[in-house]
Amino acid sequence: MSYGTETPVVGRGAAVIREIMSGGSARALLSVVAGFVIGAIFMVFSSEEFLAAAQYLTSRPADALGAAWTAIAEGYSALFRGSIYNYKADDIVAAFRPMTETLRFAGPLIASGLGIALAFRVGLFNIGASGQLLFGALWATWISTRVSLPWGVHLVVAVLVAILGAAAYGAVVGFLKARTGAHEVIVTIMLNYIAAGILTFFFRTPELLREVDGGGTPKSDAPATTAQLPLLLGPDFTLHAGFILAIVGVFVYWWLMERSTLGFRFRMVGHNADAARTAGINVERTFVLAMAASGAFVGLAAANQALGVQAGLTPDMDGTIGFDAITVALLGSSTAPGVLLAGLLFGAFKAGAPQMQVIGLSPEITGVVQGFIVLFIAAPPLVRAIFRLPPPQKTTVIADWWQKLTTKGDAK
Amino acid sequence: MKLELRGITKRFGALVANDHIDLVVNSGEIHALLGENGAGKSTLMNVLYGLYTADEGDIVLDGVVHKFKGPGDAMAAGIGMVHQHFMLIPVFTVAENVVLGHEPTGILDTLDLDSARKLVREISDRFGFEIDPDALVEDLPVGAQQRVEIIKALARDAKVLVLDEPTAVLTPQETDELMGIMKGLAKAGTSIVFITHKLREVQAVSDRITVIRLGAVVGEAKPTDSAATLATMMVGRAVDLSVTKKAPKHGEAGLSVTGLTVIGDRNNKVVDSVSFEVHAGEVLAIAGVQGNGQTELAEALVGLRTPSAGSIHLGKMDITHSSVREVIDAGVGYIPEDRSKDGLVGDFTIAENFMINRSYGPPFAKGLTIDFANRERIAAELIDAYDVRTPSQVTLAKKLSGGNQQKVVVARELSRELNLLIASQPTRGVDVGSIEFIHDRIIATREAGKPVVIISTELDEVTSLADRIAVMYRGRIVGIVDAKTSRETLGRMMAGATV
Repeated sequence: MSYGTETPVVGRGAAVIREIMSGGSARALLSVVAGFVIGAIFMVFSSEEFLAAAQYLTSRPADALGAAWTAIAEGYSALFRGSIYNYKADDIVAAFRPMTETLRFAGPLIASGLGIALAFRVGLFNIGASGQLLFGALWATWISTRVSLPWGVHLVVAVLVAILGAAAYGAVVGFLKARTGAHEVIVTIMLNYIAAGILTFFFRTPELLREVDGGGTPKSDAPATTAQLPLLLGPDFTLHAGFILAIVGVFVYWWLMERSTLGFRFRMVGHNADAARTAGINVERTFVLAMAASGAFVGLAAANQALGVQAGLTPDMDGTIGFDAITVALLGSSTAPGVLLAGLLFGAFKAGAPQMQVIGLSPEITGVVQGFIVLFIAAPPLVRAIFRLPPPQKTTVIADWWQKLTTKGDAK
Repeated sequence: MKLELRGITKRFGALVANDHIDLVVNSGEIHALLGENGAGKSTLMNVLYGLYTADEGDIVLDGVVHKFKGPGDAMAAGIGMVHQHFMLIPVFTVAENVVLGHEPTGILDTLDLDSARKLVREISDRFGFEIDPDALVEDLPVGAQQRVEIIKALARDAKVLVLDEPTAVLTPQETDELMGIMKGLAKAGTSIVFITHKLREVQAVSDRITVIRLGAVVGEAKPTDSAATLATMMVGRAVDLSVTKKAPKHGEAGLSVTGLTVIGDRNNKVVDSVSFEVHAGEVLAIAGVQGNGQTELAEALVGLRTPSAGSIHLGKMDITHSSVREVIDAGVGYIPEDRSKDGLVGDFTIAENFMINRSYGPPFAKGLTIDFANRERIAAELIDAYDVRTPSQVTLAKKLSGGNQQKVVVARELSRELNLLIASQPTRGVDVGSIEFIHDRIIATREAGKPVVIISTELDEVTSLADRIAVMYRGRIVGIVDAKTSRETLGRMMAGATV
């Protein structure tokens, strides 16, 4: 296989990714804490008790402080009840349901986060999780609604088709980059629109995937029961095998990136494409393979979305997973355990938000917290790249402290 | 102007780059600052130039203590600096470059280029620079560009001129001219700090020498001291700078290159009908001033560039259009000239760097996975055999010193079964101690009956390693001569003269 002579752009972008990823777990943890602090501020200012007490702040400051504390405590305990354990629930099933909901939401976030993380490790910004997910889901839906297969085989084929579809869609990006030097950010964004368009067209056209007896709105049939991801904890819980797919994905990702020679070459290209080329690596081919692999992990999320439901699908089935995946990969430093934990955290936000609404807080606060966490992690290198500032000369106190903890000797 | 640095200390975290350095440069003196790469010379000069602030110590000019907040302050105080990499705008004329940043203006703030021209002409005439103020910088040879840098500093009334490794890019003749200029400037009263690691130049031009090692001054030396004495001070132990090698045993042709032509990035012939042969057990050195096609030639030999004409044969095998991986598998070892860009993955560990060009099969891979046990064993062996100074094999390559990084590259390339070794600037930016070691290894490869191609801009390296020398100029080989050819002849060839 050979490609044109255009050299793909490997420059500032890859360097920024490297710097963001090199932050390590200390920065991730601090960002999460800082994000929660910001979230607390929002909770305080949306509390009517606090705003009332703030009117006479100077005369009785304890009132305002007390109201602020109550607002924060109530807000975060609602988030806890909604995402981990509902201690106010009437029965044991309802008490544990929040945890299973967190896992259900986390599944596609983890899977697609792995895909984005893989691209990051190769020095590529894959902004196209949404497009890859929709394209994989399209063909999985075809299998699940238009093809009859025996129990067991049907599900396996549908999942594989979701993975292959998303991988193929990712590979297109790598191919265009390798062949023409087109920047993957632009290409993936455009392919997101195209995938959404194709999916809507398929869901609208009766000869293709439109719901039998459906109306004018684009919608598919429900997946055949033989192709549905089975429920894991019985009918009382909605948690299904999509979460298992994500966990399998975590292990495969870990093996691929840390143990396999292919992952070694992926990382080599990500760190230093020039050295990789000099070492005999076909950098262009690696871009294609890496984007296909990136898409394959997103394909697990596609299977989750297309086969994890009992009802028909609409073209917005990707929700905000496409962009959440980027935040998961960033917070998780693109490592397997990091993405797993970040996916669980953001899954908990999604699961817990409705409980916050119940006590009168805006559920969007979790989105704000999520945004700030990622901002704290990614902003310093991005800001420097945009304004072309040099990297900091001095390390921070925390970085020094962290380095002392983690390194024993030093090179001479 | 008399420059004094008193107890300058600069720390980066735990690393002390400059440790209480004292330096006195008298008015009209050429003071050489001699030290290995990483000894702290550049840090010290960046402190002097206001790019870094010293943690301790004073900069004293004619008895007055100065605090520089940036290069602007340093320039205003009379300090000029000529960097290793020129800070010129290629598409501007000499006059425009010289006044850049402090342009003389006429009425309505228009650029007064006439007075800029006059300024350049005046300085140029005073010191015999022979620079045309209206020439475009990109049309000038490297030596002349360097003189433009010097004019730039003098135009701002520099009384102390810092030259950072100024000869790295010059031909021997241009180096001689530069030394003449330095002597002329000193005579006119300019104080010069001459930063270098080349002993020959230090002996030729300096009045006094300060040697620094590991961030501290080790002592002062005289230009009349022998090269061996200076090298010992610089490295901290006795070094043997000569390379002993047996007579070549001319085997059959190992590498034959015929009519090789490479089109460069700017669509010009960067390598132009080059032909040569390297026999088994022979070292052919390709000499020349940087930028005359040597880099592109090496890249074509290893498959990184596609030749537009000609052929490359390794033994009987045609590797003209082979991919890099095929060339590697054919047993070609390659030490690239820019190790941090092309030779190493800085964020990989040393052990990982040993396997970057052999990730497809044994001994580093077992099926689809990395053979970690084997890698650990081989890495330990190589670190030991090639004397890589590192805390561990999982240390990141970027944390190593230049010399140790180069040893990692050399170890990786020489530890394979080779049929040809191509080494491009094998000792650039490498400390003297490591140079000795790397040279020995290259000669050992030759003694083992392999053909070796060395590409180097350092004449000392070329003459001490080579059996034959090919000189490149503007993409062509102007001649292939015996290793005993005089430096003068080689210098003329490097400037384009045919033998």
